[in-house]
Amino acid sequence: MKLLKLVPDDTNIDFLKWRSWAFGISLLLMVASVGLVAAKGLNFGVDFIGGQMIRATFTQSAAAPVTELRETVAKLGYGDPTIQRFGAENQVSIRMKLPEGADKNPELANAMATKITETLKAGHPDVRIDGVDSVSGKVSEELFSKGILALLAAMAGVSIYIWFRFEWQFGVGAIWSLVHDVTLTFGLFALTGWEFDLNIIAALLTIIGYSLNDTVVVYDRIRENLMKFRKMEMASLLNLSVNETLSRTVMTSVSISLPLIILVLFGPDVIFGFSAAMAFGIVVGTYSSIYQAAPILIWLKVGSHSFVPTDEAGSKAERIIEGFES
Amino acid sequence: MLDFPRWRVWMLNTLIILGVLFAIPSVLPTHIRAQIAQFVPTPTINLGLDLAGGSHILLEADTSQLAETRLEALEDSVRTAMRRADPRIAISDVSRTNGQLSFTVDSPAQVDAAREALLPLTSNATGSRDWNIGVNDGNRMILTPAGTGDETALDQAMDTAKDVIDRRINALGTLEPTIIRQGENRIVVQVPGLDDPEALKALIGKTAKLEFKLVDEQADPDQTAQGKARVGSQVLPYPDNPSGLPYIAVRRLGGISGDKLVKADPTFDSQTNEPAVTIQFDSEGGQKFARMTQQNVNKLFAIVLDGQVISAPQIREPIFGGVSQISGSFTTESANALSISLRSGALPVDLKIVEERSVGPDLGADSIRRGILAAVIGTTAILVLMFLVYGRFGMYANFALVINVAMILGVMAFANATLTLPGIAGFVLTIGAAVDANVLINERIREELKRGRRVVQAIEFGYKEASRAIFDANSTNVIAAVLLFIFGSGPIRGFAVVLMIGIVTSVFTAVTITRMWVSRWVKRTRPHDLTI
Repeated sequence: MKLLKLVPDDTNIDFLKWRSWAFGISLLLMVASVGLVAAKGLNFGVDFIGGQMIRATFTQSAAAPVTELRETVAKLGYGDPTIQRFGAENQVSIRMKLPEGADKNPELANAMATKITETLKAGHPDVRIDGVDSVSGKVSEELFSKGILALLAAMAGVSIYIWFRFEWQFGVGAIWSLVHDVTLTFGLFALTGWEFDLNIIAALLTIIGYSLNDTVVVYDRIRENLMKFRKMEMASLLNLSVNETLSRTVMTSVSISLPLIILVLFGPDVIFGFSAAMAFGIVVGTYSSIYQAAPILIWLKVGSHSFVPTDEAGSKAERIIEGFES
Repeated sequence: MLDFPRWRVWMLNTLIILGVLFAIPSVLPTHIRAQIAQFVPTPTINLGLDLAGGSHILLEADTSQLAETRLEALEDSVRTAMRRADPRIAISDVSRTNGQLSFTVDSPAQVDAAREALLPLTSNATGSRDWNIGVNDGNRMILTPAGTGDETALDQAMDTAKDVIDRRINALGTLEPTIIRQGENRIVVQVPGLDDPEALKALIGKTAKLEFKLVDEQADPDQTAQGKARVGSQVLPYPDNPSGLPYIAVRRLGGISGDKLVKADPTFDSQTNEPAVTIQFDSEGGQKFARMTQQNVNKLFAIVLDGQVISAPQIREPIFGGVSQISGSFTTESANALSISLRSGALPVDLKIVEERSVGPDLGADSIRRGILAAVIGTTAILVLMFLVYGRFGMYANFALVINVAMILGVMAFANATLTLPGIAGFVLTIGAAVDANVLINERIREELKRGRRVVQAIEFGYKEASRAIFDANSTNVIAAVLLFIFGSGPIRGFAVVLMIGIVTSVFTAVTITRMWVSRWVKRTRPHDLTI
């Protein structure tokens, strides 16, 4: 049987030739992302800014009466709602920010949700309430700070691990590419205005996990080659390592992208942003392992002198894996 | 490396079978599962509320209000103690400010006697001190909360509140609520598969503190309208006041509280035929109620619920027997809800709903259906691709992947874990990691073959060299998962749990299990060349 080869044998692409360009473009994109987030801001969901969101379906109507809803809800005196269609034509989400005085009365967010639900039900007998989220200011602040803390802790933790398992330069490279991936994803959300909620934090964490996985594979090969070819010039060595792992990189990225693309296309509407973020992150994460994590090693002056050629670390890993199995 | 002793093969196969067995109940349709459950235990994965539909409600206690309630209770018992002291100790200028209770003992000679009388009130059952007694200017006594008094009180109040909420939800019928205390002053209530969260919220958010107070009939309506009351009176909201003024003045003292009830039932008023609630006091409360009504015939008394007057009827005759009826502008539902709340007791603290997440059953079902569809299509695509690219070794990886999914489900079912939407993300990541492990191994075998190694050696090298990267990649994921579990909140933890389980099972299936299969194939066929 003839097997499929996604990457032809003896592929030898000079990836590192474009490293300065890639780095420049990445920096530019990162600055643009930060700028976008600063200028446009993120479209935070109720998880992070408090308020309420109701999802409703008008079961007997072809389309939801968005204009009328906007007026009705605005009349309740909590401020202007953000009403969007999601999924089918007759499905909407109604979002409200925290009203005035919410800091003194933590129950206001929920009272608002109750009031809007009642109004909807009274005015539209065919309405089906699919979901209600209400979050008070204090809780949303906690969710936000805990989410950010979890992100930072995960990034710092894994980078420290890389530093211990490889060398400090690799740790720096790992955290840099993670910052790169996370920043660009933030930029994507600022650009598109997709809602940024707790699920997106979970998506970011997945991206971190994936991107790092990719980085580790490339780094592992770099370490191996550093010990094998002690005289090779660093750029060629990085190229060799990236090319040697290329078919694996492509195969893994394609495999993981498949379910994600299907999730974006056919998955539940509720998690569209979430799936889209992950699909985006896989692409960016794969790119950053090659064009951010690897070239940084050149600039940080990694060379064969960085490793004592005892293969100590590697054999230790195998021993642990074997211990794990038995 | 390719050597697998028989005991090890047995052990690995047992682990696989166990994992798969535990997964089975979770994927069976509910009615079939119910039939099997009669014969064998069927541990299943709980679906999070975001998938199954239901309500998640986070309640937070108002701690300042609890301190105020404690202070009020202290004032009551101090007044009683001073009155009952022999000789009676006259006090004046009682005030509650800044969490302190202070009062003046009229005769400085009685200060020591007062202190003596206060001692039993200021220490608790375990003998430790709840309140510190201080004396200013010779005869001004000041009681300040001591040490952990407030914390202990909060802790007890939260425990009681949890029980009360439990009783209230149970009164609603066959729901399966999860009620957990969280932190110092919070309670999480989760009720799966609920159609109308509003009814639930109305029930658990109500303090249901019932009081009977005498109406201050000498109060000046103009003053009352401005919220001003005479000394010894207070103004309370009264939305249904027949006089049209939404306030009423009541006497602070001389009322009784309605926490001593043995029964509360919805009913209909025999005269107006409107919904009402009948209550029955226990014997002590009944005597107090009888005394109060006896002493105040023809006067008005206010029925106060959670600081708001529901109605203020006239006492036509003394009420003995402890049975009374509360009428106001009730609907059948609200009368029913009030009787449930009263029956289950008042909440010892005011609880506020600070977070609600309700997902309708339709949306949840839609999420699951489309989620599963996407997962099945996606996984199938991976399986096909793996087969096309790696042939036989791809099939090994595919079987391992299917077992991996089953084992994650099995471990989650065994641990009674909850699968949420972010948990599915964790699933995707671990499936990715499992595929990646096999890709790494197979690519490495390809490479080694290309370098001219013999088949058996190439396979051995492939597993050995790839193990290092697999180990590092999975270690970093473990670190990330543990940190997420520590620092993350609810949904992020759901992600972390799946990730932790998935890392272990995917290394097990993708590395160990495939190696077992590969080694058996190698032993059986002694291949000279290998297409991979």
